Amino acid sequence: MITVEMRGITKRFPGVVANDAVDLALRSGEVHGLLGENGAGKTTLMNVLFGLYQPDEGEILVKGEPVTIHSPADAIDLGIGMVHQHFKLVQPFTVTENIILGLDGWGFFDMAEAERRVGEVAAQYGLDIDPGVRVQELSVGAQQRVEILSSLYRGADVLILDEPTAVLTPQETEALTVVLRGMAEKGKTIVFISHKLEEVLKVTDRVTVLRGGRVVFGAMTRDTDKNTLAREMIGRDLASLRADQQAQVLALAGSEAEAHAGEHGTPAGVGECLIDVRDLHVIDDRGLPAVRGLSLEVYAGEILGIAGVDGNGQRELVEAITRVRPIESGQVVIAGEDATGWRARDYIKHNAAYISDDRHRDGLILDFDLGRNATLKVFDRSPFSRVGLLDFRAIVRFTRELITGFDVRAPGPSLPAGKLSGGNQQKLILARELSQNPRVIVANKPTRGLDIGAAAYVHQKLMEERERGAGILLISSDLDEILLLSDRILVIFNGQSMGVLNSADAATQTLGLMMAGTRLADLTTQEAAS
Amino acid sequence: MTTAEQTQSPPQPLINWRGLWQNIVQAALSVVLSLVVGGILLLLSGRNPLEAYESLYYGAFGTTDRFTETLVKATPLLLIAVSVSISFRCQYWNIGAEGQMILGSIFSVWVALNITGLPTLPHLALCFVAGALGGALWSLIAGVLKAYLQANEVITTSMLNYIAVYLLAYLVRGPMIDPGGFNFPQSRLIPDALELPRLVERTRLNASFIVALVAAALVLVFWRSTWGRRTEIVGASRRVAAHVGLNIPRTVLLVAGVSGALTGIAGWGEIFGLHFRLIEEIARGYGTLGIVVALLGGLNPVGMVISAFLFASLVVGGNAMERNANVPFALVDVIQGCVILLVLSRAYLFKRASSS
Repeated sequence: MITVEMRGITKRFPGVVANDAVDLALRSGEVHGLLGENGAGKTTLMNVLFGLYQPDEGEILVKGEPVTIHSPADAIDLGIGMVHQHFKLVQPFTVTENIILGLDGWGFFDMAEAERRVGEVAAQYGLDIDPGVRVQELSVGAQQRVEILSSLYRGADVLILDEPTAVLTPQETEALTVVLRGMAEKGKTIVFISHKLEEVLKVTDRVTVLRGGRVVFGAMTRDTDKNTLAREMIGRDLASLRADQQAQVLALAGSEAEAHAGEHGTPAGVGECLIDVRDLHVIDDRGLPAVRGLSLEVYAGEILGIAGVDGNGQRELVEAITRVRPIESGQVVIAGEDATGWRARDYIKHNAAYISDDRHRDGLILDFDLGRNATLKVFDRSPFSRVGLLDFRAIVRFTRELITGFDVRAPGPSLPAGKLSGGNQQKLILARELSQNPRVIVANKPTRGLDIGAAAYVHQKLMEERERGAGILLISSDLDEILLLSDRILVIFNGQSMGVLNSADAATQTLGLMMAGTRLADLTTQEAAS
Repeated sequence: MTTAEQTQSPPQPLINWRGLWQNIVQAALSVVLSLVVGGILLLLSGRNPLEAYESLYYGAFGTTDRFTETLVKATPLLLIAVSVSISFRCQYWNIGAEGQMILGSIFSVWVALNITGLPTLPHLALCFVAGALGGALWSLIAGVLKAYLQANEVITTSMLNYIAVYLLAYLVRGPMIDPGGFNFPQSRLIPDALELPRLVERTRLNASFIVALVAAALVLVFWRSTWGRRTEIVGASRRVAAHVGLNIPRTVLLVAGVSGALTGIAGWGEIFGLHFRLIEEIARGYGTLGIVVALLGGLNPVGMVISAFLFASLVVGGNAMERNANVPFALVDVIQGCVILLVLSRAYLFKRASSS
């Protein structure tokens, strides 16, 4: 039975058509995969269904009745729930307090009774959660289950999950799959948004592929295969791509087996040690310890990948190394020089590059033109300034070179950076950071939010830099990206290193256990014992 | 590629003429609308708006005397606006112009009265430097509090204004009072030789007007310098500034110091060009008006020259209108208020108008 039908949904934003006459039918008892690259319009479409956006055209039918969904509150009344990528939970509250937040009308309520009811719903759907525990004590995977439970408790028949596996370890992903299958069997409708082919094939009953805001493909999952889906998603045949791009697509699509086929660079320890971090302690913005006694080395000509679930101290680690954030204790050595007392300025001066995970807030000034953005770190050096005055001609010439050299699609240096697409913004940052031939590169999620083409370009550039002999520290919560690029992999959990593996020996299973907080040393002893 | 040819000209010319022109059109529309509102009020109070505006126009531009008086009024407004434009572009909301102008006046008068034996020109130069220094130091109090303790500069600069006002009141009644001034709250006159030369005979227009124009021109150079670029980056995003390795506290101090110095120079100009002594009213009302001039001019030096002139003519013409057409000066305040409201909301108003 069709529970929700979206007909001819069109949603425009200034400069883009995010959804272009999209039709989508959701049936009860199915897990419906919504597959597409970043920017294909998946999230927009679901935000329309959840009442966060109003469509410019088209209509929505719930159980055959045309409806207008003005707000998430309307959507919830219609039995539609959504779990966003960023959870909306109050950390110091208990699970039950979070779930009933805003539900109980006036006067007093019985917390014990509420907890019992929450526990009942959890048991019904096989969600393993203690209703009385505080959310801040829960792992990311468990918090996600709280979000799901919250929607179910509010009577959701249709549950939208936006990239639910992006924050999970491989084991947690397995567990989620079981939960989702169980919910579908009980008649619920699940929308599973993803850009990972393997997951979609494994979890869903039916799949719809979006590309450039349009529906380009729809089928029962059992009647399709990975190659078909990949072709529909990127709009080209896999066979027509160069070998490295193919590996890229497959890696981004979540199949690490093919990714492993890629050649890896020089083995670690051969070159000079370019980043040496010793027993580093760093606190986060709230003053809590985020990096707790972490050590690592990055050698010339290698990529050290840092794998881990988001929020385990990656950002603080990166910012401490790039000297944007103060160090509590420990030591950072860059290319043989003690960098512990440096400022960000010194880090840059020592020919070290930094690609932040938040290009809009850290990397670019969106109101500034490309010329000003391209020279943010070098405008006070020759030839861009002489006797303290800027040489606009030199800045323009330099910016043009970067635009051509790094294939930034822009009419010219006077365009504001905010007018570029995400991929081109990231290329501009890469161009700026790599133009000085850095010895050290710290890249935090360099492909975040990029489509496959742009992501492949970023990967290719990083591999070129490795060939050139740069020492690269790569942070990503995407395990496939880490496996594709890294020579060695360090797994971070709770601000500590769980161990370092050679990429070639790294099994997803092992990495997953380490990402959940088991030390490599403990894993090997367990193996030896069994 | 044809796109490369389209962008042959440098991306940042010294002055963005197109943006400036747009600004001027919008500002002119704001002023015209304000005059219409004022006209309606005049009608409601039973006066002839055309007569009133005629006397306003005559008062501001009618004779050489009136016209130069308008320029005299524009001088401190322009200097303060230029100062404000630097701090506002850095998102450093310095609203302490009044206090900084007072301190500039005090420092320069003190040097004029107490340092003797210098030839005229070096002495005058020293007074100028003292004025700039007084303004800069007063501004740096708030600057240091902002740079190192993150104290909100809106609060600190406006509180420092009060301190400056009462400090001046104390000085002209106590330590610096003119012994031969019948206990009038004012200081002794500065030596005649230090008075700034007149630009037009028998008017009050003096060399400080040139100083203000030079200051506006120098700000153009400032925005071409590496320090101007740092100021701009820190203003656009503190986070990006930190990531590209800029020293944010030092930039804030620079901005506080430079904008304070410019306002201090405005105080020096008022004393050495007009009053020749410290008086209590030296900076009254200039702080707020300077901010409005800066915003109406779009923080652009050329725009601010125009808007300083415009506001000066409103003030001077408004005084004449009060005298000649018997219209209360409060109406000029209303017109000014309308201009301010329209200027602040123009981004919204005109965007809507041009898109529909």
